[in-house]
Amino acid sequence: MDLSSQILQYVISGITNGAIYAVIALGFTIIYNSTEVINFAQGEFVMLGGMAVIWLDGISPLPLGFSFLLAVLAVTLVGIALERFTIRPAKSSNPIALIIITVGASIFLRGVAMMFWGKDSLGLRPFTGSTPIHFGGATLIPQSLWVLGVAVVVMAGLQFFYKRTITGKAMRACAFNRRAAGLVGIGVNRMVSVSFALSAAIGAAAGIVIVPITLCGYDVGIMLGLKGFCAAVLGGLGSSLGSILGGFLLGVLEALGAGLISSGFKDAIAFFVLLLVLFIRPSGLLGAKEVKRF
Amino acid sequence: MIRFLKYKWFQVGGFGLLLALVPLVVTNRYYLTVMIFIGIHTLLVVGLNLLMGYAGQISLGHAAFFGLGAYTSGILTATYKLSPWPAMVMAVVLTVVVALMVGVPALKLTGYYLAMATLGFGIIVYICFKELVWLTGGPSGLVGIPRLSIGNMVLDEPRTYFYLVWGITLGAIAVSLNIVDSRVGRALRAIHDSEPAARASGIYTARLKIWVFVVSAIYASVAGSLYAHFITFISPSSFDFMFSIKLVTMVVVGGMASIWGAVFGAATLTMLPEVLAVFHDFDIVIFGLILMVVLIFMPQGLTRGALDLWEKYRFRRGIAEGPI
Repeated sequence: MDLSSQILQYVISGITNGAIYAVIALGFTIIYNSTEVINFAQGEFVMLGGMAVIWLDGISPLPLGFSFLLAVLAVTLVGIALERFTIRPAKSSNPIALIIITVGASIFLRGVAMMFWGKDSLGLRPFTGSTPIHFGGATLIPQSLWVLGVAVVVMAGLQFFYKRTITGKAMRACAFNRRAAGLVGIGVNRMVSVSFALSAAIGAAAGIVIVPITLCGYDVGIMLGLKGFCAAVLGGLGSSLGSILGGFLLGVLEALGAGLISSGFKDAIAFFVLLLVLFIRPSGLLGAKEVKRF
Repeated sequence: MIRFLKYKWFQVGGFGLLLALVPLVVTNRYYLTVMIFIGIHTLLVVGLNLLMGYAGQISLGHAAFFGLGAYTSGILTATYKLSPWPAMVMAVVLTVVVALMVGVPALKLTGYYLAMATLGFGIIVYICFKELVWLTGGPSGLVGIPRLSIGNMVLDEPRTYFYLVWGITLGAIAVSLNIVDSRVGRALRAIHDSEPAARASGIYTARLKIWVFVVSAIYASVAGSLYAHFITFISPSSFDFMFSIKLVTMVVVGGMASIWGAVFGAATLTMLPEVLAVFHDFDIVIFGLILMVVLIFMPQGLTRGALDLWEKYRFRRGIAEGPI
């Protein structure tokens, strides 16, 4: 395999991972915009989605699509419960307290998953076939297309939701100014619930489509969540388009770095990019100029 | 008697005296070992509390400084056969350099951004410990770290090491109490309350934040060296993201901006896994639960929260009894 097809191969795998990072980053953005909370348990939604679908597929004779929906639904409920029982009672806007609360929630969810499903990493069959597709000297597994497809559906769906539905518009109003939104009769608390539900649902979807490629264990959430956050910061915290851009960029950079420099330092690359962005341009690629929300 | 309790030197002296008696009463090696770990963690948490509790700057990567101390000491003594005390000093020097390199750009950030920058730094350092196999021994760890010795006396007994660790920790507590009580301490609290206001009243906030960051890194580095020479074997997993979180939890449980709270937090959370070990895999669930519950209901930490409840109770009783 010559260098150009090798690079093409890295870019393909980078885009696949990048799609997942982008969806996780969108999850961060949804919650951040409605509550100004960074939800460090975001990665656990991804893990729970993956684990739930493996478990459901194992115990039920139902088609995979059904397990998919059921897993998303279950994780959505977890997301709503998380907000209702941890963020809301805290009534705090102190970032340090909120960081620790969501980190605690993340450890708790991870522990419950470990008790329930054990410590082994589990896999799942690909959604449709496993015959690789060849082009330009590189190969593409069909599951990658599923990942990209689901990511695009999630992104387009969110866009439609925000721009065309009344609930979506109400959420945008909350993101813009919570008090003003409350004054015109929008139930701010309900919108916050919806944002956690939405964020959990898309996180779970991301976790489910990636399982056939990467395996899933109780401890994968933390790294995926942090990478998603890197992507969100890279694109500009609070910007949906930035999250998507940041996700793909991070995925490709990481894949190229892992392939061309060293695979052991793959995870370090993401965080190195994060530090560079934070030190040079903390507002990210597409964020507002000033970083002073806190 | 009660009045004496208010003097910090009396507190330090009393606590020191109490500690000096412990190895005379406790002879069980396991209990002594746990108490040595409490000492090491206290050293870490007192430093982190200066940064988080007093100056209000979060660090989610403090395990990295602990690891830098441990690995520098370990590598210099085990691989390059340097004697432990100079190695410990070199570890501190290296940590200061790294802390400056990270702290100068990072401390310009606030809130979530600072949290993520320190977290990213912590993970990068952890990955370096894991991947630089030729230097650190990689995931399987670094073996053969020698014991510390004073003069001709090798500190290979938990009892003697107990005195060393707690002696150093007590010194660090005394220094911290002094810092907190000084002009610098008041400036740090001013930064915590409002950075623009602190700056307006003439505090050089940027330099002070870096200064306290470096101080807490030095504490962590010394703790790391003590840790490495005590267990004589180190592996990357002791310095991962979870450990940074544990340190933050110790600060929070002990109470922000409270030096003695730090001792309490370190002691509670070091003993907790030992107690929870009977639950096997449940301990992580309980750990997460504690973190959430404490922060939701007592955002100022367990000691502060308990004090608040007590004061509220006294206040109510005072009203019930009528004016004094």
